[in-house]
Amino acid sequence: MVEHIHSDGEEPAVTLDAFLSQSNATAVRLEPDEDARALIPHLDRLALIEVAFPKFRDGRGYSSARILREAGYAGELRARGDVLVDQIAYMKRCGFDTFAPEKELNAADVEAALARWPEHYQGAADGAKPIWKLRHG
Amino acid sequence: MYKYDEYDHAMVDARVAEFSDQVRRRLAGEITEDQFKPLRLMNGLYLQLHAYMLRVAVPYGTLDSRQMRMLAHIARKYDRDYGHFTTRQNIQYNWIKLEDAPAILEDLASVEMHAIQTSGNCIRNISSDQWAGAAADEITDPRPWAELLRQWSSFHPEFSYLPRKFKIAVIAANEDRAAMRLHDIGIQIVEKDGQHGAAFYVGGGMGRTPMIAPLIKDFVPLDDMLSYAEACLRVYNRYGRRDNIYKARIKILIHELGADEYRRQVEEEFKHVKSLGIDPPKAEFDRIAAQFAPPPLDASAPDEIDRSDPDFAVWVDQNVAKHKVSGHAIVNISLKPVGGIPGDASSAQIDLMADLAEKYSHDELRVTHAQNIVLPHVRKADLYAVWQALDAAGLATPNLDLISDIIACPGLDYCSLANARSIPVAQKIAQRFADPARQRDLGELKLKISGCINACGHHHAGHIGILGVDRKGTENYQLSLGGSGAEDVSLGTITGPGFDEDGVVDAIERVTDKYLAERNEGERFVDTFRRVGMAPFKEAIYG
Repeated sequence: MVEHIHSDGEEPAVTLDAFLSQSNATAVRLEPDEDARALIPHLDRLALIEVAFPKFRDGRGYSSARILREAGYAGELRARGDVLVDQIAYMKRCGFDTFAPEKELNAADVEAALARWPEHYQGAADGAKPIWKLRHG
Repeated sequence: MYKYDEYDHAMVDARVAEFSDQVRRRLAGEITEDQFKPLRLMNGLYLQLHAYMLRVAVPYGTLDSRQMRMLAHIARKYDRDYGHFTTRQNIQYNWIKLEDAPAILEDLASVEMHAIQTSGNCIRNISSDQWAGAAADEITDPRPWAELLRQWSSFHPEFSYLPRKFKIAVIAANEDRAAMRLHDIGIQIVEKDGQHGAAFYVGGGMGRTPMIAPLIKDFVPLDDMLSYAEACLRVYNRYGRRDNIYKARIKILIHELGADEYRRQVEEEFKHVKSLGIDPPKAEFDRIAAQFAPPPLDASAPDEIDRSDPDFAVWVDQNVAKHKVSGHAIVNISLKPVGGIPGDASSAQIDLMADLAEKYSHDELRVTHAQNIVLPHVRKADLYAVWQALDAAGLATPNLDLISDIIACPGLDYCSLANARSIPVAQKIAQRFADPARQRDLGELKLKISGCINACGHHHAGHIGILGVDRKGTENYQLSLGGSGAEDVSLGTITGPGFDEDGVVDAIERVTDKYLAERNEGERFVDTFRRVGMAPFKEAIYG
């Protein structure tokens, strides 16, 4: 589900270093230069992973998201930061399910962006059947 | 040729709708230029010195006459009646209005064309051998492989905000006509145990730090190709530098990691990616390959050519290449008339080439990375008629691969990145060597000009390369020798101090004179250079 997140009252996400050195946190925040694979052994105790996008042009977080979903992470995966309406469809395909944009997005634009693509050429982390699979059953 | 099915149509239509909406929001001030820039770039729209420039994708350089006529239509309706064919087998228009861009993309979509990912930090249009499907030396047609990659890379959700642009070329012959090893990924289709597979060369490129791609994997089976490409990109997306735009290409990463360490990481990633089931079944490759089936060529067509017209005979010798089917030939149309702008064609010329393709070349045309056009399947018996029509339109310059068949970037006449003009230098060189007999005597000589260090004019890969730089506010041209983008790939070496515009033309003449004095029987310029080295040329240039 896509929604704007207002993090009042929820457990704050800790840094990757803090998470790896303390056992009780259930929310972690991943920076672009941090390797998502470090979280793979701990996925079952995580309820929220926030992936930071300090600049929308930095696309490392797209890989981080896919890697986490491919490793079986089923909790909340949130894109936070410079998250713009023109990037969220790809983010969703990579496995993000919530978005915490710095600047609030226009709801109608979000809806249009997420409804834009009829199908997809390639497999990703959203479970959508790629076009080649639709062609060949 | 590949024909869109309902899915391909729907995807391109969705993209047009998306971009129309983005343009609307930009014009309404809802998004900033900074936010809009990567979006317009991923739709081929650059802001140049004087206007917007639109780069239209020609996947693997292949077009039919209907598409070619649409390119002419766009030149007439939205631009100044001409287009510019590029070194990535695309076409660009230099005088586009932002508000016209959505309508142009709609026109393109109506003939199964688009401008998707012709710019931006994403996987760009896939390039290939312009003689694919016709070349006598290919082991198979590389275009089905390229089309598979085109679909996989289109709107790729993970790889649309890479550290930097990403270019892929696919060839299937030992002769490399696509500068394959100067790409981020160069793929050569090879044969092993009766099966075709992809040899992956990764980390080549030109720009300010030119590199020849090392071989990363000698044989990737068809069934694994997309997973392997995905692994190559994922390692790059993770570790490619983002702190310095000039060090962000994959070539720098592989240079810093070393090819062995990069390969180790790709292999590790591949093991994981392969488990995701992202490779389409063979049936999808077969569906695509069927659309590239060779046209019905009559192998019993007459193989002789009537060479009684001497001008025609000169053109045949220079611009016509061997076809895999007897009685047929590959026609190379030079867009390099003496005094012209390399790669430019008027709408009337584009229409004429479309007509000739329809009538004489099974409705197919190709764009070459050397900025020329190819009619790939012409009966030898029709060559004279084709030549006459081309000649009447100023398209029969017999200079393929000669010194006046110059690759040049748009340079400071158009480009906002350029430090120096490229076009006037190309024109002066072509004029200096205008005598066709002199050009033929010099033989194969690939001359390439870039107006800045980004190397869009491939100067590193020129037998003779020219790089325009800005030196204390004046245009200065550095000369390099000995580069090649072909199967004998090499990077040129700078001769020494640079020259002004006329000085560089004089220096080239001293270089070619020296070559004529030094060459052995049958040696091309680049062969002589490799044998004797820089010293005699340096002596000839600087005294």
